[in-house]
Amino acid sequence: MAEPLVKVENLKKHFPVNGGIFGKKIGEVKAVDGVSFFINKGETLGLVGESGCGKSTTGRMLLRLLEPSEGSIYFEGRDITKLSKGELRKIRREMQMVFQDPFASLNPRHTVEKILEEPLIVHGMKSSAERKKRVRELLEIVGLNSYHAKRYPHQFSGGQRQRIGIARALAVNPKLIIADEPVSALDVSIQSQVLNLLQDLQEEFDLTYLFIAHDLGVVRHISDRVGVMYLGRIVELSDSEPLYENPKHPYTKALLSAVPIPDVEHQSERVILQGDVPSPSNPPKGCPFHTRCPQAMEECANKQPLFKEVEKGHYVACHLYK
Amino acid sequence: MRNPVLKVKDLRTSFLTDDGEIPAVNGISFEVNPGEVLGIVGESGCGKSVTSLSIMGLVPTPPGKIQGEILYNNENLIRASEKRMRQIRGNDIAMIFQEPMTSLNPVFTIGNQLIEAIRIHKKWPKNKAKMRAIEILKQVGLPRAEELMNEYPHQLSGGMRQRVMIAMAMVCEPKLLIADEPTTALDVTIQAQILDLMKRLNKETDTAIMMITHDLGVVAQMCERIVVMYAGEVVEEADVKTIFKHPKHPYTVGLIQSVPDMRLKKDRLYSIPGNVPKPGSTKTGCQFAPRCPHRNERCLAETPPLDTLETGQKVRCWLYQEGKGVEAIGRAVGKG
Repeated sequence: MAEPLVKVENLKKHFPVNGGIFGKKIGEVKAVDGVSFFINKGETLGLVGESGCGKSTTGRMLLRLLEPSEGSIYFEGRDITKLSKGELRKIRREMQMVFQDPFASLNPRHTVEKILEEPLIVHGMKSSAERKKRVRELLEIVGLNSYHAKRYPHQFSGGQRQRIGIARALAVNPKLIIADEPVSALDVSIQSQVLNLLQDLQEEFDLTYLFIAHDLGVVRHISDRVGVMYLGRIVELSDSEPLYENPKHPYTKALLSAVPIPDVEHQSERVILQGDVPSPSNPPKGCPFHTRCPQAMEECANKQPLFKEVEKGHYVACHLYK
Repeated sequence: MRNPVLKVKDLRTSFLTDDGEIPAVNGISFEVNPGEVLGIVGESGCGKSVTSLSIMGLVPTPPGKIQGEILYNNENLIRASEKRMRQIRGNDIAMIFQEPMTSLNPVFTIGNQLIEAIRIHKKWPKNKAKMRAIEILKQVGLPRAEELMNEYPHQLSGGMRQRVMIAMAMVCEPKLLIADEPTTALDVTIQAQILDLMKRLNKETDTAIMMITHDLGVVAQMCERIVVMYAGEVVEEADVKTIFKHPKHPYTVGLIQSVPDMRLKKDRLYSIPGNVPKPGSTKTGCQFAPRCPHRNERCLAETPPLDTLETGQKVRCWLYQEGKGVEAIGRAVGKG
């Protein structure tokens, strides 16, 4: 088998918590606590989870927008956690990010042209005429018109702005796009337009996506494989169909059953979880989910389950599966 | 049949701005029956939140301008004085908002805020109000109710705060609870808890709920009847089964098909082309016409009325007046 485009091994991010009069470190928040996965070329890996589970932190570490505390990230076989700044800049050309909030991620004082030119300048496209041509091309690729280039972000609707964000990510012909909740700020009818666009672009430019979202329906629609995160760990990872049809981890089961289905005749056994997600600064011992798990056993409170393959390509971290 | 709790007749809410008068809600009518859960669905900017604020008398006038009738027990709330509205809010109609953190006062304890709400409406002595506050916190499923009374909003999680908001809204046993996107800011597992709670309170107390949301999944699960809004107008109204099984308006059809279904994977999602129009930008014709796959010249020129079909379903579309609707939409549904 060909080597995966991205391989992540035991990635961790612990944020220090400072306190006391001397601002000493008094604890840490384990935002991401030992995550391993890989993404094959041309596929979409979806990461789902509730707020605070560490999915965005994982995405940011992949680009080294956040420095990992531990672990390694291989991009095309090279460990990017050890690269110097200069080398990192070169490799960032290959991976770009699309952000959630299309209102906050575009500079309101720049025209669309300037926004889209920026990555081209940074990555060394010198001729101004060439850049202008590329900007027009990009706008057309994402379904906008070239005359939009002279406008400012506030003149666009949310969906159009997200298209600009996508165009900016595409500007330098990346191989990997990390999309952090790219459609959650959009209305349903606009959301489906952007999802279709992302799929078209993937086919046209042979892109690889890491798609981070909390909406399980959206993730199923776009992903080839899906990882479910809980309290900084991946609890289950598999091809999207077996994950949705036959979830193994009790958390995945509860999460899937909690999603309201837009169909009146849909009847399902809902697993309603009690309580809230524990704080990542003081995660429970053993399996992080055992405090809310309906199937918790004695073992779960003491021993952290290993993340292992239970069926081909289906990984679960749970003591129920030996 | 019992009389409706609330009747909204030809409600028009507009705002005076530098660009002239912008209509946010453009002549909508609907009823809420006792004990039912009514869903109001639409995308951002369709006027669903302005509708609820108009009912509660929370639209500042000016710049707002409200016309039409909002009848509660045959009393027109638009004409009611501020003093009268204060009696109605909380006692008769209560509201919960999307963001529970911004609707709770951060410098007072939960107990303080709950007791205040009870004492304003019921004129009870402090002790009795406190007992009631603890009781209602238990009723909405909050653990350690006594301790919570002395805690501040920032000490609670999002789901717990929303429970407190629901407790506060339900404490005087209103006839109608308006819930404006009550679970949008919450995670799915917490959303499931809150929806479960609202459904249980609806059954136990016979409080009607007007649920405003953009999430069709929530609507399918919670509501008995649905009003679909688009650009300040009601475009379709029917019971929940009919809406999902036999949607009539092209917008409703498009909206339902745009939602990715978690249970099966489609190659491509249906999408409605274009964007939601800016309020007041479409002057003539059907508001949805520019994005509608079935439009004809008439749609662009004349505004269709909200018609009641034989089935009791209401729809605002020329196709049905001309008898072509069933055929055209049937084809579109079949394709999806």
